[in-house]
Amino acid sequence: MRSKKMNIFHGIDWVLVLLYLILIFIGWLNIYSTTFIEDDTALINLSTEYGKQLIWIGLSFPLIIFILLIDAKLYEKYASIIYVVSLFFLAGLFILGKNINGATSWYDFGGFSLQPSEFAKAATALAIAKLVSDKLFNLKKFNTQLQAFVILFLPAVLITLQPDPGSALVYTAFIFVLYREGLPVYYITVGFIAAFLFVITLYFGFLYTWLGSLLVFALILMYFIFYRKKAFKNGWIKIVGIYLVAALFIFSVDLVFNHVFEQRHRDRFNIVLGKTADTKNIGYNTNQAITTIASGGFTGKGFLDGERTQGDFVPENQTDYIFTIVGEEWGFLGSTIVIVIFTFFFLRIIQIAERQKSKFARVYGHSIAAIFFMHFTINIGMVIGLLPTIGIPLPFFSYGGSALWGFTVLLFIFIRLDANRSYEW
Amino acid sequence: MKRIGLLSFIIIITSFVFIVRLFFLQILSNEYNQNPFNNSAVKVTYDYPERGYIYDRNGILMVANQLSYDIMIIPREVKPLDTLEFCNLLKITKEDFLKKFERAKRYSTRIPSTFVAQVSKSDFAALQEKLYKFKGFYIQKRSLREYPIKSAPNVLGYISEVNEGMIAKNPYYQLGELIGTAGIEKTYEETLRGKKGIKFIQRDRFNKEIGSYKNGAYDTLPIPGHDITLTIDSKLQQYGEALMANKRGGIVAIEPSTGEILALISMPTYDPNLMVGRERSANFTKLYLDSVSRPLLDRGLQAQYPPGSPFKIISALTALQEGVITTTSTTTCHHGYRYGSGAGSIMRCHCGTGYPIDLNIAIYRSCNSYFANAYRKVIEKYKKPYDGMNVWNKHVESFGLGNYLNNDLSVGQKGNVPDGDYYNRVYPNGRWRSTATISNAIGQGEVLTTPIQLANMTATVANRGFYYTPHIAKHIDGVPLDKKFTIPNYTTIDKKHFEPVIEGLFAVVENPSGTAHWSRVPGIEICGKTGTAENPHGQDHSIFIAFAPKDNPKIAIAVFVENGYWGSRWAGPIATLMIEKYLTGKTDRPLVEERMFTGSIQDEYDKQLLKK
Repeated sequence: MRSKKMNIFHGIDWVLVLLYLILIFIGWLNIYSTTFIEDDTALINLSTEYGKQLIWIGLSFPLIIFILLIDAKLYEKYASIIYVVSLFFLAGLFILGKNINGATSWYDFGGFSLQPSEFAKAATALAIAKLVSDKLFNLKKFNTQLQAFVILFLPAVLITLQPDPGSALVYTAFIFVLYREGLPVYYITVGFIAAFLFVITLYFGFLYTWLGSLLVFALILMYFIFYRKKAFKNGWIKIVGIYLVAALFIFSVDLVFNHVFEQRHRDRFNIVLGKTADTKNIGYNTNQAITTIASGGFTGKGFLDGERTQGDFVPENQTDYIFTIVGEEWGFLGSTIVIVIFTFFFLRIIQIAERQKSKFARVYGHSIAAIFFMHFTINIGMVIGLLPTIGIPLPFFSYGGSALWGFTVLLFIFIRLDANRSYEW
Repeated sequence: MKRIGLLSFIIIITSFVFIVRLFFLQILSNEYNQNPFNNSAVKVTYDYPERGYIYDRNGILMVANQLSYDIMIIPREVKPLDTLEFCNLLKITKEDFLKKFERAKRYSTRIPSTFVAQVSKSDFAALQEKLYKFKGFYIQKRSLREYPIKSAPNVLGYISEVNEGMIAKNPYYQLGELIGTAGIEKTYEETLRGKKGIKFIQRDRFNKEIGSYKNGAYDTLPIPGHDITLTIDSKLQQYGEALMANKRGGIVAIEPSTGEILALISMPTYDPNLMVGRERSANFTKLYLDSVSRPLLDRGLQAQYPPGSPFKIISALTALQEGVITTTSTTTCHHGYRYGSGAGSIMRCHCGTGYPIDLNIAIYRSCNSYFANAYRKVIEKYKKPYDGMNVWNKHVESFGLGNYLNNDLSVGQKGNVPDGDYYNRVYPNGRWRSTATISNAIGQGEVLTTPIQLANMTATVANRGFYYTPHIAKHIDGVPLDKKFTIPNYTTIDKKHFEPVIEGLFAVVENPSGTAHWSRVPGIEICGKTGTAENPHGQDHSIFIAFAPKDNPKIAIAVFVENGYWGSRWAGPIATLMIEKYLTGKTDRPLVEERMFTGSIQDEYDKQLLKK
């Protein structure tokens, strides 16, 4: 027993590790493609971005060993402390942080910088897992719901203030986890309806949406009056109340969008909704990204042969827009394969999470599946023009040490927890 | 259990949506296919080949290329300069300089634009030495057309920048490129032009060029334009233009045995070099707006005149073919031909015979009555004049009249040869008789021809019954001539009927009583026919058609001189002088020649202007 425990690779889910390695490898190939220097004969040039990324990847292996060496129980035990420390790191940015591209998201350690928000996700996932796995915890109660939301809100608010709203948006992923663990369904329902009304209001404008909702409300009211008289008598206040909240929401969306948002935010939404066809300024990125992906065709132009990638047409194509390289050089075939690998990766995490005996490990597993999925959806959705421009990295693909390490930590803590599943807790 | 599956479900749906979206973008959308033209990362540059030269039938250069120098400017690279010196070099004023500079800056500060176009060679030499002082300016070489022989602008045509309508029709061209818009330059545009080479250059997002696109896999080399040898004899062309000085009209000379156009003259003419260089647009506007003498109208191809008496040749041939007259049948002319009982129903005649005349005399005396009679017999041979008209029409059109010749000239007119339907339209009740159309017999009435049609008709007669479609290109290196120019077109008239008519035409010049005896050239057997065409614009047109020698003819010619009184006054001498010049290389009639060189009908044209 002891000797088995000493073998840090014992009980590891090799499928997940393999998927991880595949994604890291494909990601690095694409970073190589966009940042390699034509006349450079050295196979690995450490001054280039692909060279640096190779260092990050190399360094992630000691990190993985370190994570696997730690006793699984310690993660649960110190979850709260890790969470609080990560909050301190986030808050510390406002004093010691370095401003890059308008956001104070970085600590600069002379030469290399770290982005604490990438690690805060793991910390928050641990904290939520710890909270939810508490035997006295009951998500049906409003009090406990509040506790969970506070845990999520604190890092999200701190990150939004950097400002890095994209990274903060990822925390909405936890709603799936909480739902899985018993959060009442109306949170999700209300969330979807709110999102629906939000988009509809932006698309059709306040007045039409409001008139439309009034019509729907009138129809529902008539249904109740004619067919469900009794229910109506008892619950008409509720029905009218719900409608008033919805109308208020529509109104506030309009208000917030037109008076609180800045023009650049409005532009991002308008472009996705097709209300402005701007290909030069704000829409440039999206337009270039779509053109680049579309130019890949079925089989793509081949590794290092994507002229739009080589011509650096898409800005940030080693970080947020890295999927454009997949699209151009590997075509529909390659893009689909990458999406399918990601899908397997997510589903595998969920599958493993469900086999956990420990509730802590299960909640944590669901949390990271949701976080990875959220990154995947927002990033690719943005690059292929289905979502507004929100800058967050594609896990394991986008260039950057913090992101890569953050995702690695996120994943391997779970692999460590899973490896421990056969032992008593 | 429902709760467990939600996230997995959403994951699968999302991935599916992404794949569908990618399918639409990458597979279904044609907009972004691999065509480098649609790729904004690829810059397309063109390599223009030199335009082909044009030679006359004897190898004399008619159109060549000259280098021209444009002074280009990139405004943001311009450093403070000695404006006075610069303006002196370019021969512009300081105000001009400032205006041009502002215009260039408005266009773009970083894209080069033309500052001064087409600087002359001498200015260029001076400028080249000093240009290093003026930062932001450089010289762009361009190729321009040059016309060593200052004649035949209507034949040669000109090139100009393509407009958007042309680009829409032919995607080969880009804005700012040159295209032949008239004459040979237009009809043989693709031959002369060659094919431009295309180079694709990969750019990065700053528009910086980073090398050739896919190592030049899509690049093409320019294909040089072909030289063209024309059928035109430039000496004859120039001589004809000189003879036509101060007169308006058109001359077309054809080699009957091949259909080659030896001369195609339209008067008034202009120097083709006017259509090149810095003054091009001012010159063009001046020519274009000259609505009085209309120099841009090619009178050899586009002017439709009543053919007058030369048309009697056709009347004679159709009557012979239809068997309504013989070479010996006679008519007596009493100063005219009476075709009805009314006082005005008479066609006057100046032949002055008064005794029964046969075909030969009728031709050389140009008797109106004889041909009116013959024409009427053709129409009345059929029960209805409608059918007669159609038979007649078919014969006439077989001479290439009444329709486009469908040749390699950029412009043309159909002329008019009426048929039965034509008169049914004019007289909608259908009640018309042969006499209503009697003027056609003598080339008046409804018949209209262009000089080239009449020249072609003359060549057909010279060939005794067939013609080759008249054409202007004799030889293009590497490209065979269109087959339609080497296949003879036969008329509906039997060969045997031509000989007696040709004898009559010979007598026109040779017989002392012939209408053109005065234009006789000793030693050359010329067959001709004078024409004096009444027209609604004023004085009668002077017309002459001729071919020579009588046997084995080398040249057929049609001369129209607008408002030249009568055929033998201007057109006759001009035609015979040209024939003489072409066949012998010289002329022996200095007095006649001198009269043609200096003679002017300008006062007649002025009269018309006053009337208007």
